[in-house]
Amino acid sequence: MRRPPKVVTEAMQAYSFSRRAWLLGSAQLGVGALLAGRMAWLSIAQNEKYNTLSESNRVNTTPIPPRRGWIVDRHGAPLADNRTDFRIDIIPDRLEDEERVLALLQRLLSLPPEEMERIRLDLKDAPGFQPVQVAENIDWDRFAAVSLRQPELPGVAPTRGFARNYPAGAAVAHLTGYVGAPTAEQYKATRDPLLVTPGFKIGKDGLEKSLEPVLRGQPGAKRVEVTARGKLVAELATRPDVPGRNQRLTIDTGLQEYAARRLGTNSGSAVVFDVRTGEMLAMVSMPAYDPNSFSDGISHWEWQMLSDNDHVPLMNKVTQGLYPPGSTVKPMNALALLHAGVSPSERIFCSGALRVGNGIFHCHARRGHGPLDMKNAVMQSCDIYFYEMARRLGYDAIAPTAKLLGLGQKFELPFGSQRYGTVPDSAWKLRKYKTKWTVADSLNASIGQGYVLANPLQLAVMAARIASGRDLQPSLLADRVHLDSPALPFQSEHLQIVREAMFGVVNAGGTGGAARMYVPNVALAAKTGTAQVRRITMAERRGGVLSNGQLPFKLRDHALFVCFAPADNPRYAAAIVLEHNGHTVRNLDTPMIGRDIMTYLFDRDRAMTSLAEVEPTWGGDIRTRMAAEAAAYQAARAAPPQAVATKTDAVVPSDSASVERATDLANATQAAVQGSEANGTTIAEEGTTERNP
Amino acid sequence: MSRRLPVPEPIARLPWKVLFLVVAIATFGQVVLYSAAGGSLKPWAFSQGLRFYVFFVGAIVLSYVPTRWWRDMALPAYAVITLALVAVELIGAVRGGSQRWLDLGFIRLQPSEFMKPCIVLACARFYDMLPPGETRRFSAIWPAALLIGIPGAIVMKQPDLGTALMICAGGATVMFLAGIPLRLFVGGALAAAVAIPLAINYALHDYQKNRILIFLDPESDPLGTGYHISQSKIAIGSGGITGKGFLQGTQSHLDYLPEGQTDFVFATMAEEWGLIGGCLLILAFLLVIRWGINVGQAASTRFERLTAAGLATTIFFYVAINLMMVMGLAPVVGIPLPLVSFGSSAQMTVLLCLGILMSIDRQNRRSARW
Repeated sequence: MRRPPKVVTEAMQAYSFSRRAWLLGSAQLGVGALLAGRMAWLSIAQNEKYNTLSESNRVNTTPIPPRRGWIVDRHGAPLADNRTDFRIDIIPDRLEDEERVLALLQRLLSLPPEEMERIRLDLKDAPGFQPVQVAENIDWDRFAAVSLRQPELPGVAPTRGFARNYPAGAAVAHLTGYVGAPTAEQYKATRDPLLVTPGFKIGKDGLEKSLEPVLRGQPGAKRVEVTARGKLVAELATRPDVPGRNQRLTIDTGLQEYAARRLGTNSGSAVVFDVRTGEMLAMVSMPAYDPNSFSDGISHWEWQMLSDNDHVPLMNKVTQGLYPPGSTVKPMNALALLHAGVSPSERIFCSGALRVGNGIFHCHARRGHGPLDMKNAVMQSCDIYFYEMARRLGYDAIAPTAKLLGLGQKFELPFGSQRYGTVPDSAWKLRKYKTKWTVADSLNASIGQGYVLANPLQLAVMAARIASGRDLQPSLLADRVHLDSPALPFQSEHLQIVREAMFGVVNAGGTGGAARMYVPNVALAAKTGTAQVRRITMAERRGGVLSNGQLPFKLRDHALFVCFAPADNPRYAAAIVLEHNGHTVRNLDTPMIGRDIMTYLFDRDRAMTSLAEVEPTWGGDIRTRMAAEAAAYQAARAAPPQAVATKTDAVVPSDSASVERATDLANATQAAVQGSEANGTTIAEEGTTERNP
Repeated sequence: MSRRLPVPEPIARLPWKVLFLVVAIATFGQVVLYSAAGGSLKPWAFSQGLRFYVFFVGAIVLSYVPTRWWRDMALPAYAVITLALVAVELIGAVRGGSQRWLDLGFIRLQPSEFMKPCIVLACARFYDMLPPGETRRFSAIWPAALLIGIPGAIVMKQPDLGTALMICAGGATVMFLAGIPLRLFVGGALAAAVAIPLAINYALHDYQKNRILIFLDPESDPLGTGYHISQSKIAIGSGGITGKGFLQGTQSHLDYLPEGQTDFVFATMAEEWGLIGGCLLILAFLLVIRWGINVGQAASTRFERLTAAGLATTIFFYVAINLMMVMGLAPVVGIPLPLVSFGSSAQMTVLLCLGILMSIDRQNRRSARW
């Protein structure tokens, strides 16, 4: 130090102390103010934030699955509703003497050992407040047995939840679809805790899937107070769920069920329209799975049984089945010819065969129809008439009319996957196959074979548009009906001629006489059709064509049918397509099925009586037959049925992809046959004939 | 002896006012502990209350001890406690791991706790012995630095960062009050600013380092070490202005707040009593501390002045470090809130400080009367 130290006296020291002590005291006061300020910041400015954090610490919410909205028919009758589901849960925190309680539960509910193992594992993992499922969907007796003994079963909670219920069962399966537990991927995508709540189901197929946002509703919340260690302290007020909205359909559930039953053992589909509005009154694809058991989770063997079935119960044939429409396109052809200027009175002579180039095309009537005008050609379903006209005008003159009537068109319907077939023309063929359109192509297309493919929905739209003369759009949701559809660009006289021809098919000695209705003042107008799924070889033709009954199922002809009624003032239109029906059993063939379905709309009692007479001949109603089939399938399996139903999501078709696989499989045979048929030259050699009942 | 600073009239009377404040703080603490136990006297509130009154009576008894006894005992006590610290360290070395306790069979003593007031007494005694003229010499600094440094280093090594900080801060306060040139403190503060990051990197244990890093960013580890600070802030913040009400705190009752009856008792209190309760408690402590400083201002000897202000500041450090810790302004260093937190060490220390302060106060009034 350069300067000498200051001499410090005691008095100076005391003064310095006093100053510095004052400074220290002030600093302490400052720190005190700082602390108070900090506390005020936390508890006033950030109070809301920390309150939220404190609440989310304290309160643990478990979602309560919302009650799913109903799917109801046009009259309000449920197609899908919710039934009370009795379930037993365990709240781990309340459980005392676990082994004794579990043993008693096992006895009361007769639970298999595997289930007991699962419950034990779940109990080990679950946080104390979260219920662990013991059993769901149990019957009232067992539920009551557990409820009665609840005092001896601390921690066991018998609860009433809701499960999806389809009163009509398989009859609506392809319409409504079904529900099931969400997949792990779905949970990963949204992280919505609702998706992993026990008992929550989402739509997996059909309307259940496409209407999911409408039907789901808002989950409620069960709120419990828990400690940091997850121990349940108290149950707080429960926030109730907001049920999903109901969806009304245009479907008439009575008609839907009737049609499903009337299809009998067929692998078929039926669509019924109200031709004034385009509302779909029925949309049936049979056979089908039972959506009730699908929604509970089906067992592996059940799934296997459905997959093995050659009647493809997993496919919605209405929108996904594609068929050559066969002679059902002949009224449409007639309309196209009229539109192109062909006189309806012009006669074509049918000798039974027509030579085009170096090929011979046969009529289904081997000996020929003789001379026919347009109406009679439709009534007798003469192939030669349409061959000749198609040869004369070319199919490019007919294809636009086919499209106008709905063939090859996609419709706005709440279904994930629709396959909408083909209306071929020369431009299409050039685009697709890079080859030119041939006369043989026109001829094949003119009788609804060859490249022409349609689904049953389109066939029904075609019938409805012919019946109404308007550009009807099919609707399924009651709140989205397309009213005021414009008139189609056809002359009403032309339409009238076609309708009269279709009246003649049934009522004036045409091919559909079996479809005549016995309701006073109501006549049915229709057109039958047959679509061949195999080639008929020359050798076969020489040796006599095998009857369908002698053929294996997969090789039999498809049977098709379009109709409307009353013929003079159309109100309803329908299409029925029976895969590989082969016209073998009269009661189970299209005309009588069509007649009965249409009769139901005008005279329900008569239709029911008719059904009651014929149903026993094919083994009873849908439920009875499905139960018998399941029993037979089980009996045929060498291995005894597994004691535990493997509840799976994985095997059940959880989305349309697997349904499409089934569809593709089903159509594979068909497509292969058509592929060869579609080849113009081979067809020309062997001809494509159609046989009508 | 002349009175250069008039003692305010209320302070001049028997310190009933401060005794009342101390009883009020302790009683409030017991109420909080009663709630922290879920509305039960056991296991904390009753034993804490019992111990408080034993120590409280002890403090009043200590107030009759003449101040010269404290002066004479300061350095011997310092020596004994330092030896005890060394003994603890040796036992710890033998047993392995961290060791803070000296188990005498009937009581477990934590010598570092006693060092907190003792360092004040020892430093005050040193400057008392130092001739006034020496105050600005280097000889006024290094012995004090040594007095502080030895126990500070041992406690740091235990390792007990909070206590070591308090010992150093207590000693430094006395040095400051003794008139050591201010520039040394300014320089020291600058040196600390440089040294602290280095110390964090090289001198601290991993868990201590972690605590400091997490203090800087508590949300980085909300379920690990940052959990304490986060939950404590939630408790204080969710209490709002008036609190959730007595026995209504969820953070403490549902065990979200760790150490809710010891180091984080202030958060337990704030959740139920809100900003009002917190401010009243801070105010009560500040009044007690101000009384202590004023006792120093009124004291007639250098030892008494330095001791009184030093001990008052020791109490202040307890309160300030603890509150900064629970409010997320300081790392978690394990300093309890005296008189409120459950546990005997801090309670005993603070009441010991109070006893000595009252003894000086008694001396002051005697001098004033004469």
